[in-house]
Amino acid sequence: MTAEIIIDNVIHRWAALAFAVLASCAVTAPAVAQQSPAVRIGYLALAVKRSWPLSYLDQPPADEGIQGARLGLADDRTTGHFTNQDFELDEQIQPDEAAVTDAFGKLVAAGARLVVTDLPAPLLVKLADSPPAKDAILLDATQTDDSLRGENCRRNVLHLLPSRAMLADALMQYLAVKNWRHIMLAVGQGEDDKEYAEAVRRSAKKFQISIAEDKPWTFVAGARRTDTGHFQIEAEVARFTQGIGYDVLVVADEADNFGDELAYRTTDPRPVAGTQGLVATAWARPFEQWGATQLQNRFLREAKRWMTDRDFGAWMAVRAVGEAATRAGSADPEAIIAYLTGDKFEMSAFKGVSLSFRPWDGQLRQPVLLADAHSLVSVSPQPGFLHQYFETDTLGIDQPETTCKFK
Amino acid sequence: MQVQVMLRMIGGMRFAFPPYRRRRAEKRSAFRLLLLVGLLSAVPARAERILVSNEKDNTISVLDGTTYAPVKTVTVGARPRGILLSSDGKELYICTSDADHIEVLDLASYTVTRVLPSGPDPELFTLSPDGKTLYVANEDDNMVSVLDIAAAHITTEIPVGIEPEGMAVSPDGKTLVNTSETTSMAHFIDTTTHQPIANVLVDSRPRFAEFTSDGKQVWVSAEVGGTVSVVDTATHKIIKKITFAIPGIAKESIQAVGEAITPDGKLVFVALGPANRVAVIDAQSFEVKKYLLVGQRVWHLAFSLDGKRLYTTNGVSNDISVIDVDDLKATKSVPVGAAPWGVVVAP
Repeated sequence: MTAEIIIDNVIHRWAALAFAVLASCAVTAPAVAQQSPAVRIGYLALAVKRSWPLSYLDQPPADEGIQGARLGLADDRTTGHFTNQDFELDEQIQPDEAAVTDAFGKLVAAGARLVVTDLPAPLLVKLADSPPAKDAILLDATQTDDSLRGENCRRNVLHLLPSRAMLADALMQYLAVKNWRHIMLAVGQGEDDKEYAEAVRRSAKKFQISIAEDKPWTFVAGARRTDTGHFQIEAEVARFTQGIGYDVLVVADEADNFGDELAYRTTDPRPVAGTQGLVATAWARPFEQWGATQLQNRFLREAKRWMTDRDFGAWMAVRAVGEAATRAGSADPEAIIAYLTGDKFEMSAFKGVSLSFRPWDGQLRQPVLLADAHSLVSVSPQPGFLHQYFETDTLGIDQPETTCKFK
Repeated sequence: MQVQVMLRMIGGMRFAFPPYRRRRAEKRSAFRLLLLVGLLSAVPARAERILVSNEKDNTISVLDGTTYAPVKTVTVGARPRGILLSSDGKELYICTSDADHIEVLDLASYTVTRVLPSGPDPELFTLSPDGKTLYVANEDDNMVSVLDIAAAHITTEIPVGIEPEGMAVSPDGKTLVNTSETTSMAHFIDTTTHQPIANVLVDSRPRFAEFTSDGKQVWVSAEVGGTVSVVDTATHKIIKKITFAIPGIAKESIQAVGEAITPDGKLVFVALGPANRVAVIDAQSFEVKKYLLVGQRVWHLAFSLDGKRLYTTNGVSNDISVIDVDDLKATKSVPVGAAPWGVVVAP
């Protein structure tokens, strides 16, 4: 079936549905004569030109994030058809900080007080402290930064993706279960890489994994694309890992600059994990459990590409607003924000358990996937890692250790 | 229906009101007539069989319902999940989800004799009381397909919420209930007009719906919410939300999925997924009486024909558990195929 026919069918079906819903409203909901005003959701992003990763195969899509938000909107609307609620997404993807700040003010002024963001941490904090944010809530869909959940936390910011601390804990729990207790850490030059490595160090200590060697990766493979460039890479990785006793090579390379070129090139045969190899992540292409296949399929149909973790973060953010609006039974932003940040909120997002926000830092508690390019390896928390309240709180910064003090 | 009753009469089994809700709806006078017809017919007796769909190895396990010995393992289409017995008890309808159709398995020859259209990704379905129509949840398509079995033709598609799954028809056949997992609703649909009657918001990821035999309530389980909502079918209001608590089991692991109501309507059994327990609920007081430890990741439930035993499919431990309904005890586990999902008992 061609795409056009599918779309045709969908339109046809929705026309039938709209009729059906109108017909049913007369029977079941005479009190609601008119559809309440639409819930306005803002989508605010800074268009960042991301560096090209090492591999040709997986270039960062230009529409990463927003496609997830659009699918979330479609899902909210489907539910809304049955609850007499409608949703709108006001997309603001701006080229620079000033334009983002300006767009934020306009969004809130226009009534979009629930704003999904794809912004770097400093800008996110700046907006959260700005006057328009007083009556708004920011749903951070893409950042894994631990400081946003720690010393730079804000009461009006919620975080959908797992923090670096959660990602590192997910991996370290798995290594502990496998009894692969000794790791070597290879750290890239970027600030993000250093933060990822710091999360790994903290987590390794927490789960009693020893770091046999902790080394920065400084080699720049200038000749990689020349013929026979692979000899140079292989020699460098072998030298880098020589004479070290470890079980797993953990790599911190968030920008995909070198991590893919470590596996199979080490001196001793050791698996690679971290930002490449076995990756801890919120979403992965091989993931199909707990109904995830349905979300993968819906996204593929809509975006004509695979869903990334950033798309998933944005999808969760828009779905969280939809869920809160449905459960609160209201289109009033005040009521939705109250429900979203209250203790009753929970949502399902294909992870087999309900997800909710941690009240101490606004982080969505959730299981974390461990996957490589073509298979799901595991899902943390690992069985046996117990917690007094939520097993998912064995991942990341728990209440007693948080450095977040909401202003 | 007729054949089942006849077989049971001839087989010398004690008369008991049949456990399936379709059959509960029948009048006693009809049974007397059938009993007479049954005594006059010379149909050979056969013990009951337990049929289990194994979603990972694409098979149906057939077990002897008395000895639990394997009778046959039948290879079917990709990812068999929901299964149902035809109204004459001679065929098994199988949702082969990844094959995107329904297969009809002849239970005498154990061969797939027909393939019915289903719409994409059929997961669960339900049969109209007259046995002529299947209502199929198309998980990937936000639709319920209405299938004329004899004509092998989808007559209508009904738009519902995202990821439709649970399906139930009222005993009078007039109302269809579908649950949609991501929309978190039970959709009540008129089976004549195929128009929605009501949409009831329940807890996250509703997976299964079951009518009480009097048709006055629908019990809807919510997997991620971990609750069962009892919905009044007259008002479409939730009259009770049942919650579960098991010492030593994390709240997230308690996930309500399959349900089964005893033939006498007094008890409701609810499978609790990764909690590896089946909850026993008093249908009048809505109190949870007991939690029965079964195999891992318990999915769906079915009663033996006399209603005295309950079988549970355990998706992770690859077995079924046998529960004694009078004693409320799990008495046995029996290995089946890989990732057992649906279960049906056939004569």
